[in-house]
Amino acid sequence: MSNYTAPVRDMLFVMNELAGLDAVGTLPGYEEASADLAEAILEEAGRFAGEVIAPLNVIGDREGSRLIDGKVVPPTGFADAYRQFVDGGWGAVASEIDHGGQGLPQLLAKPVTEMWNSANLSFALCPMLTQGALEALEHHGSDELKAVYLSKLATGEWTGTMNLTEPQAGSDLAAVRTKAVPEGDHYRISGNKIFITWGEHDMTDNIVHLVLARLPDAPEGVKGISLFVVPKYLVNADGSLGLRNDVQCVSLEHKMGIHGSPTAVLAFGEKDGAIGYLVGEPNRGLEYMFTMMNHARLGVGLEGVAISERAYQQARDYARDRVQGKAIGQRAAGAIIKHPDVRRMLMLMKSQTEAMRALAYVTAAYMDQAARHPDPVQRAYYQARVDLLTPVVKGWSTETAQEVTSLGVQVHGGMGFIEETGAAQHMRDARIITIYEGTTGIQANDLLGRKTVREEGKTLQALIEEIRADVARVAELEGEAFRQIAAGLEEALRVLEATASHLIATAANDMPLAFSGAVPYLMQLGIVCGGWQMARAACIAKARLDAGDDVAFHQAKIVSAQFYATHVLPRAQAHAHAALHGGQATLALDESAF
Amino acid sequence: MKILVPVKRVVDANVKIRVKSDGSGVETANLKLSMNPFDEIAVEEAVRLKEAGIASEVVAVSIGDTGCQETLRAAMAVGADAAIHVEADTATQPLAVAKLLQAIVAKEQPQLVICGKQAIDDDANQVGQMLAALLDWPQATFASRVQIAGGEATVTREIDGGLETLAMPLPAVISTDLRLNEPRYASLPNIMKAKKKPLATVSPAELDVDIAPRLKVVSVDEPSVRQAGKLVSDVAELVGMLRNEAKVI
Repeated sequence: MSNYTAPVRDMLFVMNELAGLDAVGTLPGYEEASADLAEAILEEAGRFAGEVIAPLNVIGDREGSRLIDGKVVPPTGFADAYRQFVDGGWGAVASEIDHGGQGLPQLLAKPVTEMWNSANLSFALCPMLTQGALEALEHHGSDELKAVYLSKLATGEWTGTMNLTEPQAGSDLAAVRTKAVPEGDHYRISGNKIFITWGEHDMTDNIVHLVLARLPDAPEGVKGISLFVVPKYLVNADGSLGLRNDVQCVSLEHKMGIHGSPTAVLAFGEKDGAIGYLVGEPNRGLEYMFTMMNHARLGVGLEGVAISERAYQQARDYARDRVQGKAIGQRAAGAIIKHPDVRRMLMLMKSQTEAMRALAYVTAAYMDQAARHPDPVQRAYYQARVDLLTPVVKGWSTETAQEVTSLGVQVHGGMGFIEETGAAQHMRDARIITIYEGTTGIQANDLLGRKTVREEGKTLQALIEEIRADVARVAELEGEAFRQIAAGLEEALRVLEATASHLIATAANDMPLAFSGAVPYLMQLGIVCGGWQMARAACIAKARLDAGDDVAFHQAKIVSAQFYATHVLPRAQAHAHAALHGGQATLALDESAF
Repeated sequence: MKILVPVKRVVDANVKIRVKSDGSGVETANLKLSMNPFDEIAVEEAVRLKEAGIASEVVAVSIGDTGCQETLRAAMAVGADAAIHVEADTATQPLAVAKLLQAIVAKEQPQLVICGKQAIDDDANQVGQMLAALLDWPQATFASRVQIAGGEATVTREIDGGLETLAMPLPAVISTDLRLNEPRYASLPNIMKAKKKPLATVSPAELDVDIAPRLKVVSVDEPSVRQAGKLVSDVAELVGMLRNEAKVI
């Protein structure tokens, strides 16, 4: 069993000092987003996450969601917690005010989302998918569809799902076969969808499925896929619920982790065809999906931050408590946190979690700027940043979460391998996040192809210049910590630049060779951006320390940044080496030799 | 009927407190501060009385530095209608607090004051009783059940070995015990609305109350560390140790 205490202090530090909450608060419509309000919201969300949602995490893992007579029964306590979640208005932090939301910026919504994810990843997936469905309808739905579904989804009164995957159509959605046949003002949908998160449950009166399907005359491939709304219960003209639609949950997957979240196989149109309504224009479904994919990918990156935080808190508490052996340099047996290697592991967990959080929130602030900045040039500038960093936050944070949750088990020693401690659950739960919403490989291809090679590294170069200016600022500060931070970042930047230009040049004449270095490049960029945020944090912490403000927190921040610079930043060089020199060996073997 | 609810900003119940190195008090710098848990119960009770149509307005009041405004916003986020912040940069002692509240009562004219039975920082358990005495109002302390009807409060209170039920005319002072209710979580819309609810500030001088401390803290110490136990081989040894070492028999 483990407790979760929302890291409100660090969250507020990142929001206020690194991500620029005050600047976001000057954007049109975000005037209410003050530091005071942020603190009040985070405090209460943290309480709710820690006291109501977190205790259900282990229950969800043990019980799982179960399919009984075609109905999905979520784990004990989930339905009640979900009702409280909706009553508390937590489903609608960033939703538009017109739809019953609070219209708050992403920079405020994302930390709150991090809390739900830390508390209980399985639970948090339900509102996350609802948010995705909401955004698809907000941006592309007709006024009629919006009138029926938006406010219900915005408040969480109904939940939403995303039906993309089919057995033959996983990462390659061009292979989608589900059919949609026009019939009057609606369509009849038939086909099978798999991996539908929270695809069926009884926590709410209705579920709004967003489904990718093909029209009869649709062209082959990605340009022939349309998006439909298929409600579990049809909605009458007066808003009341009508007939059960022809969509059934035929089974639930048995998974390695996130057992609380029901992963459904949905059969559409087993009888007469499920009634669905076209979203936007025909054959543009995939394009619509991609507009919200950025949000979803950042959201999954945030899951990496969240589960790392949870694993860290649990490992830290255990290490403080568990007495075992006499640590090197100690006279008596003591808590294992005294052992140098346990400290190294905890610092790896802590510093990387802080770095990931900082980059995720900074990216959320860029999203707010890209959406609301009055100057179109600035909007475009921030959008380019968001586009570049989204695959990094997703790929790097989720990959790093594998290391952090694994270290969490390691800190527990043998007890970590035993399910009772709960350390293993975080590791199992975390395993999916490098896979869904686009695998790490797909994120890296996006980063290298669309976001780097296609624009010849323009956005990346601007980012590198900005980081370099910050390095110069750190280098001016006195003390070994700042010297190490500046030196580590300087060297990592140098190899990052070399990697990027090498891959851009290679892509011009040998695409496979260039893309064999895509993941090393993504990891390198993530490590450097994380180091950049830690360096900025250290600079600010120094100024706060000089003013005598919250000494313990700011000192720890500088140590964390120093540790990151000496233990994590050097990994960028290893990734660079692989990207620069390792491509040939990656591709050399004949398939038969594997 | 208006209800006044005093709320105190204290070190959060989940924080492990430390005594200052000079023994002058408890370290509070940079610690998480929250509403005193007994006061949360008091706010909840007042809000429930309002929701039941018995009270018409709930006013929260807090005494201390500007941080108290955050605590007052928290009270308004769970349903208090308005708040009063009495600005005091130095720590206030129970008598001064009771006198300040007496002055606020004179201004606000509530029919009922519901306060926490004690604050978890100094555990004084004095303000409610002192306030009732200063106002010459009846009081019911350690309430585990409150009913208001016909200008009378019926209060069940937890006492040693059972429950005692008292009836008293309003206006009155009630102090809350742990089991009176379970405070709600603030909803996001209500946290946002709380920002716009009225919060007035007033100084002790304006209330004509002298808050200079009457009590002097001599020293504050950590509880002594528990000693390791000893295994004894027989009753004689045990009795011997109780007599000669522990000196309890």
